[in-house]
Amino acid sequence: MLEIRDLTVAYGDLVALRQVSLSLSEGEMLGVVGPNGSGKSTLIRAITRVVRPRSGAIRLDGRDATRLSQRELAQRVAVVPQNPYLPDAFTALEVALMGRTPHLGLLQSEGRADLAAVRRALEQTDTWHLATRRAGELSGGERQRVVVARALAQEAPILLLDEPTAHLDVGHQATVLDLVRRLCRESGADTRPRAVLAVVHDLTLAAQYCDRLVMLNDGRVAAEGKPYEVLSPEILASVYGTRVWVFPHPLTGRPVVTPMSETFRPAPTKSGW
Amino acid sequence: MKVPARASFDRPPLPAVAEAGASVSDGVLPRRALWPRLALGLAVLVGAILLAAAVGPAGIPADAVARIILSRLPPAGGLAGGLPQSWQDIVWEVRLPRVVMAGLVGATLAFSGATYQAVFRNPLADPYLIGVAAGASLGATVVIVSPLRYTFGGLSLVPLAAFAGALSAVVLAYGLARVGRTVPTVTLILAGVAISSVATSATSFLILADSQRMLPALTWLLGGFNLSGWGKLWWVLPYVLPAAAVILLHGRILNVLQLDEEQAQQLGVNVERVKLLLLGAASLATAAAVSVSGIIGFVGLIVPHAVRMLWGPDYRQLLPMSMVLGATFLILADLLARTVNTPGEIPVGIITAFCGAPFFLYLLRLRQRAVF
Repeated sequence: MLEIRDLTVAYGDLVALRQVSLSLSEGEMLGVVGPNGSGKSTLIRAITRVVRPRSGAIRLDGRDATRLSQRELAQRVAVVPQNPYLPDAFTALEVALMGRTPHLGLLQSEGRADLAAVRRALEQTDTWHLATRRAGELSGGERQRVVVARALAQEAPILLLDEPTAHLDVGHQATVLDLVRRLCRESGADTRPRAVLAVVHDLTLAAQYCDRLVMLNDGRVAAEGKPYEVLSPEILASVYGTRVWVFPHPLTGRPVVTPMSETFRPAPTKSGW
Repeated sequence: MKVPARASFDRPPLPAVAEAGASVSDGVLPRRALWPRLALGLAVLVGAILLAAAVGPAGIPADAVARIILSRLPPAGGLAGGLPQSWQDIVWEVRLPRVVMAGLVGATLAFSGATYQAVFRNPLADPYLIGVAAGASLGATVVIVSPLRYTFGGLSLVPLAAFAGALSAVVLAYGLARVGRTVPTVTLILAGVAISSVATSATSFLILADSQRMLPALTWLLGGFNLSGWGKLWWVLPYVLPAAAVILLHGRILNVLQLDEEQAQQLGVNVERVKLLLLGAASLATAAAVSVSGIIGFVGLIVPHAVRMLWGPDYRQLLPMSMVLGATFLILADLLARTVNTPGEIPVGIITAFCGAPFFLYLLRLRQRAVF
C-alpha cells in the first residue's frame, strides 16, 4: 500500500534520512525502531509532506504521493504525531472532529455521519466519556488517546503512529496497540486503517505487536525483518552502542529486550546470549 | 502452553451514552448555538446604531431616527412624513454615515484581529502586528507633512497614502519572512515588528520635524470618524466585504490550524496557502479600514478575546460574533468620542483604550479557565 524508495531528506545541511527504502503491505503492522535522532519521525513527516524529500519516491497504492493534494493525502494517510499540541480551550470531541477535515468541503460542516465516525473512534480508544472535557483538562495519556481517536476518525487506509504509547500506562498501551493491530487485520469496512506504520521507542513493545521491524540508524536502514531477526544482541549493540539482554518472551517467543546494567554483569560462563 | 486472558485486551463495553446527535453533540457542537447569539448581537447592534444616530447637539428621538432610516428603504417610503427636514438631513447625511463607518471599521478590526490571532496562534496578535498600522501611519504622515497640497477637488490623498503604506509594509514583511516556499509565522512576526519600528520611527521624525503639521498628523494617528460621509464607505466596502466572506468561510479550517501547522497539514489543510489567503484578506481589509479611520487601537485585540471568553473558541461563531461586537463597540466608543467633550471631539482611539482595557480585565477575572 505504501512504498518508499531511496528516500533522502535533509534539514539544511543535516541529512536526516539517507536512501531509505521500505514497503508496507495490506494488513501489516510495521514497526520502525532506532535510537534518538535516527530519522524515525522524519520518515513520518516526509510521508505526510510536512518536509519535502531531497530525492526518492513515495508511492501510495501505486500512485506518486507528490501528485496528490494535501487533502487527498490526508484521506489516505492519518497520523498520530509525537507529543501533539492541543489547544486548551477545545473539547476532546471538537479535537476528534477535526479528524473529519479531509472529508469536508469549505462550505460543509460536520454532519451526523461525521459525528458517528468520531463517536466510534472515541469509544474505541476509551475516551468517549471525555468528549465534553477541554483538552487543557486532560492528562497526557488521555490527550494521546484522543489524538489516536482523531486519526481513526480520519478513516484513512494507512495509519502512521509516532510514539503512540509514550504517555500511556501499560493498560492503555495494550488497548491502543491491540486496537490498531486488530483494525488493520480485520476484513470488512473500508473505514478502518488497513496498514499501520508505528514508530515505537520501546523495543520489547515493538516486538510484541509488530509483524515486521525496520531499524533505522543515522538515517539509514540498519536492519529489517521479523522482530527476532532485527532485535539480535549484535545488531542492538552496534546500533545503540550498549549491551542489552534479549530473551524470548515465555508465552509468545517474541524477543524481550532489557539493558544490561554495568553493575550486574553475569558470569561469563552463564551468558547464553 | 495456555495463554492467560489479559484483562486489558477486552475491556468491558463503555457505558451507553445518549445517541449521537442528542445530548452530547448538542452541548458540544457550538454551531447550533450561533443563531440565537447572532440574533441577540444584531439586536444590540441595531440598538447602538439608533442610539448613536439619535444623540448629538440636536437631540432626535430614537423612534424618529428609526423612521428616517426605514423611510430610505424603498417599501417604507412614507414613514418619515411629518418629521422636520433638518432632522432627516442630520440623521441621514451626517450621523448615519459616521455610525455605519464606525461599525464597519469596528467589525473589520475585530474579525481581522481574530484572524491574526488564529493564524499566528498568538493571543497577543492584533491586526496591526505585521505592519499595517505603522505602514499606514507613515503613508498618511508623509502626505500630511508634505509641502504639497494634499487635497484635490475635496478628495484627500491621506487615505490613499495610508492604504499604500499599510499594504507596502505587509508585503515587505511577507517578503522578508519568506524561507523557500514557506513563510514561518515566527519569522513573519519578527519581520513585521522590525518593519513597524522602522516605519514608526520615520513617522515620529516627520512629525517632530514639522511643528506646524504636528497636530493634524497626531490627530490622524489617534484615529477618528470626524469627516465621514457616505462616499467614504465605497472606498472601504470593496475590500472589506470579500475579505470578510473569505475569512468567514474558513472558520472550521482556522479551528484546525489551532492545533499547529504540522497537525493541520496532516489533517489535509494546505497550510501555506490558507495562511497567505487569510492574512492577505485580513491585512487588506484592515488597510482599507485604517486608511479612513486612522489607527484605532485595542478593538482588534480585545473584541475577539471578549467573544472567546463569553462563547468559546470555535472560530465559526467567534468570527461573526466578533464582527457584531466590534461594530457595536466602536459605534458606542465613537458616540462617546464626540459627546464627552462637546463641542470638541476626542480621538476615538483614546476612548477604545480607556474603556476597552477595564472591560477586558473584568472579563479576564470573570472567567479564569482556558479560553484560547
